[in-house]
Amino acid sequence: MRLEPVANPSLARRLGYPAAALGATVVIASLLALLAGAEPFGTLGLILQGAAGSKFAALETLNRATPLIFTGLSVAVAFRAKLWNIGAEAQLYAGAIVAVLLGTGALGSPLVLPVSALAAMLAGALVLLGPVLLKTRLGVDEVVTTLLLNFIMLLFVSYLLEGPMKDPMGMGWPKSAALIKEARLPRLVEGLRLHWGFGLALIAAVLVWLVQTRATLGFEMRAVGQNAGAARFAGIPVNAVLVKTALLSGGLAALAGWSEVAGLKGHLSLDLSPGFGYTGIIVAMLAMLHPLGVVVAALFVAGIFVGSDAMSRAAGVPTYIADMLLAVALLLMVLAILLTRFRVVRG
Amino acid sequence: MSAVWEILISASFWAAAVRIASPLIFATMGELICERAGVLNLGIEGIMVIGAFTGWMAVYQGMPLWGGVGVAMAAGMAFGFLHAVLTVPFGLSQHVVGLGVTLLATSTSSFAYRLILPEVTSPPKIEPFQPLAIPGLSKIPLLGEALFAQTPLTYAGFAVALLTGFVLFRTPLGLAVRAAGENPSAVEAQGLSVTGLRMGAVVVGSGLMAVGGAFLTLSAFSSFFFEMVNGRGWICVALVVFGAWRPGKAVLGALLFAGFDALQIRLQQTPIGAVLPYQVFLMVPYALSILALILMSRRAEVPAALMVPYNKGER
Amino acid sequence: MSTGATGAQEVVLRLDRITKRFGALLANDAVSLELKRGEVIALLGENGAGKTTLMNILFGHYVAEEGQVEVFGTPLAPGNPRAALAAGVGMVHQHFTLADNLSVLDNIRLGTESLWSRGQGRAAARARVADLSRDFGLAVHPEARVGSLSVGERQRVEILKALYREARILILDEPTAVLTPQETEALFETLRKAIARGLSILFISHKLHEVMAIADRCVVLRHGKVVGEVATRTTDRAQLAALMVGGEVAMPKAEARSPGAVRMRFAGVSTPDRGAAPGLKALSLDLRAGQITGLAGVSGNGQAALADLVSGLIRPGSGMMELNGVPVAGWTPRAAIGAGVARIPEDRHKTGTIADFTLTENAVLEGYFRPGFSRAGWMDWAAARRFAESIIGAYDVRCPGPQARIRLLSGGNMQKLILGRVLEPGPEIILANQPVRGLDVGAIAYVHSRLIAARDQGAAVLLISEDLDEVQSLSDVIHVISEGRLSPGFARGAMTPAELGLWMAGQGFDHAA
Repeated sequence: MRLEPVANPSLARRLGYPAAALGATVVIASLLALLAGAEPFGTLGLILQGAAGSKFAALETLNRATPLIFTGLSVAVAFRAKLWNIGAEAQLYAGAIVAVLLGTGALGSPLVLPVSALAAMLAGALVLLGPVLLKTRLGVDEVVTTLLLNFIMLLFVSYLLEGPMKDPMGMGWPKSAALIKEARLPRLVEGLRLHWGFGLALIAAVLVWLVQTRATLGFEMRAVGQNAGAARFAGIPVNAVLVKTALLSGGLAALAGWSEVAGLKGHLSLDLSPGFGYTGIIVAMLAMLHPLGVVVAALFVAGIFVGSDAMSRAAGVPTYIADMLLAVALLLMVLAILLTRFRVVRG
Repeated sequence: MSAVWEILISASFWAAAVRIASPLIFATMGELICERAGVLNLGIEGIMVIGAFTGWMAVYQGMPLWGGVGVAMAAGMAFGFLHAVLTVPFGLSQHVVGLGVTLLATSTSSFAYRLILPEVTSPPKIEPFQPLAIPGLSKIPLLGEALFAQTPLTYAGFAVALLTGFVLFRTPLGLAVRAAGENPSAVEAQGLSVTGLRMGAVVVGSGLMAVGGAFLTLSAFSSFFFEMVNGRGWICVALVVFGAWRPGKAVLGALLFAGFDALQIRLQQTPIGAVLPYQVFLMVPYALSILALILMSRRAEVPAALMVPYNKGER
Repeated sequence: MSTGATGAQEVVLRLDRITKRFGALLANDAVSLELKRGEVIALLGENGAGKTTLMNILFGHYVAEEGQVEVFGTPLAPGNPRAALAAGVGMVHQHFTLADNLSVLDNIRLGTESLWSRGQGRAAARARVADLSRDFGLAVHPEARVGSLSVGERQRVEILKALYREARILILDEPTAVLTPQETEALFETLRKAIARGLSILFISHKLHEVMAIADRCVVLRHGKVVGEVATRTTDRAQLAALMVGGEVAMPKAEARSPGAVRMRFAGVSTPDRGAAPGLKALSLDLRAGQITGLAGVSGNGQAALADLVSGLIRPGSGMMELNGVPVAGWTPRAAIGAGVARIPEDRHKTGTIADFTLTENAVLEGYFRPGFSRAGWMDWAAARRFAESIIGAYDVRCPGPQARIRLLSGGNMQKLILGRVLEPGPEIILANQPVRGLDVGAIAYVHSRLIAARDQGAAVLLISEDLDEVQSLSDVIHVISEGRLSPGFARGAMTPAELGLWMAGQGFDHAA
């Protein structure tokens, strides 16, 4: 077989394949539920209900989506420039550390929120800067270095939480002290359990979209991602663009950790992120790297996680079904996106 | 420093280094075969998990140990096949597909574990491979205990490395695989199927990765934990680079790496361990991998067509 | 040359009404052809006529929609290079299919033995390759890495690959495009030896003088159709040219001009070698206003280094590089563009354009950051689009519109967009690196006329080409590059192709040294 580009893909083609990918994911979900001895439609219904069936459920989904929007944007920005940042997890924790460092009394109000947000972005950017400089200066592949940094960062956080950052009032648990009130993100709407991190995530998505489509930097990032050789020939400073991309990508991932600490948890612990950094890759790919699509994809992914938790309690299907479904959706979606632009021909 | 020296002259240290290296050797050979054919396989981390899980579960369900190894290999090959279909004929991004396969294999292991053992709090143990001393050789001081008093799976690992080197560099098949990773159109022009060679390499390589994972449950430990692979797959990707895509050098790299790992474990028990937080020691393997990548940057000859999909239509 | 087509001879290869479409394009339209034993057929046609497509069908890279291929009277399974090889068809591709990091011997042995066998061993294979090298006059070291070989040597390896498999039919796709005149003669010598052993040859070319020298018959393709089939003895170059193009195309003529001031000067410039490709060796060259300087040479002799230097991709390792009498500093692609250097890259698909970008985006790829196209870091897409539209109009770019992806354009239209992008600012210096490679006759004439017009307006043009005819017809002064060394400048018409060929092979330099 061989792939042949489709000159002008029809709307049916562009929507049909992604829809088929989601349909196939639903079928696989049903099969997994059957395998677990549950009733397929009921299981899917329970997931839906758990994700959006009540005000509480919907708010829970929005809260869960917040860090995923940030990490999804981080990955989308990086992947668009073919910078394979798989280290959003580490950058997220860098942001979380800064939120604690500046938010537990080191800085007084009212500056603490904006200053700590900027400092968190800077910290996340620096974590990614290392691997990117290794890539541009020495040609070291960034996939493996960013992956390995995730493990190192987690150990570093573990050290901090058992050492210098350990909460003296924490009854021996490895967690940080709580943030002061001024360092906490306020509620988005009074009375609803949803913090301003969600609002900031939406604003970030719009800003990233504007940068990608309207700014010279966005043009440069797309050019470098599509064809670095042609970009370099045309005078675009490829390495500088990669560094700027890294700063933006690392900063966005750091905001995920910062907003989780400042908005949701109020302290740092080792279970702050159940893999938000890695899930950001799924979010970004499902969104076809489109910044506004990231918001939709993050809500979808968050819904599956939140819904599966609820479903698991009710129907007894292991909650890991959520991770499986997302992995399946990711693989099917990249295939579907390819098939919107290429057709398979024989010979 | 004397603490380090004492560790280095102890036979148990060398035995541990070889033991720690064994799963890495399997998985590194698997990754090396894939990359030699032109495919970066980032599914390695998840494939090691699925290997560790299925091998262990098969034995727990009553299969013999070698049967467990076979089941692990088959499971790894299945996920390798998935990776191969998506990256070779369809030419999808090897980065994205690899990470997707890792997520899928990992979550499948977790899901199946919970499905089969819903109520278990601590995972059941199996009877793992026992050390098999080679008569005579194992009595050699230091070296004997390190090399010739290991489990059969460790011996198999070294055999696999030898076989990989032989096939890649001494047979028509190996020549074809290497050519597929250097210039697929050369392979096509000589009447061979690039798709077949690459897919075959990914499937076989993934099988070896899974055996590497199974080593953890069937030889090193005796049960399965969710986090037990813990980045070993990524480390193996770094080891392939460190070994300059050559089996012999990659084995040396794995041994060197395992030596440092065994050293840091032992150093934690010494006065040095009392001064430094234990997390610093645990960082050593990951930091070493990054260091290895930096050292080998621009030195090794990367397969020219690595990560370049081949589509007959575009020439 | 050989026995000629008598009709009584055995037909070894028959193409029967081959039809192949790519989307809307009819690449081959019911093409039929018969090759007889011991015969040389030249398949003629300009770029885009469908020659290479036809050969790829014959060899099994593509599957034809209609028609069939017969080898020695047996139909060939379509879409299967292995079947073609087994039937005795050997193909020397235009773009060599060799693995650089493997040895010559490994490249030749690849795929010749069962994958599941142990293999017959290197020694026996090496002995056979040595025999073939001697018998056919194909000198090449079997243990050399292919990456270290010259273009001519690589072609010999390609031919050895076919002979090693005992091919009875050799297909050569534009084999002389990359050779010096002398190497071409040596190739023909090898082909004559092959014919004497009963091989048959299908020779694809658009160089008429070579066709006249080697072929028994010529089959001419135009727009995918066979438009003529003539015995070489009964025809001449004018008739073949008319058949190929289907009428007269006036090629632009460059009238001699008196050159102006030196725009760019290289004095003793050296650059490091890159793998097997030599860097520049103490190169001295003046590019003058109102002059086309032609650079002839076999590919891989330092042209890439010189092109990268002018483009701003690299800096001199040693020696002096001056722009209008001022030594260059901080030389980058952007600095070169800013200094008025127009750069037409060698590979318009890989370096000249970004395939999935629109025409608009490609049009402003070099100038997007300038005030006209952006302000304070934000793009003015309306202005960019107007610029693209002006190029599309002024340079006759045939396209669906400025928002179409450039990958949809033909090579000629792509090249016109690049021309517009680099010529619109009114450059002082123009680097034209293989500016017409792969273009059809109309596009070639257009590109050449634009280059001549730019020269007449006072630009200094550096034309780099592997096609000696192109260099000779356009250049006011010709230099030959070999192993990174530059010959003296030869005035227009001062040297014959054969004399230039000797320089290309590195001979004149030995006297100079």
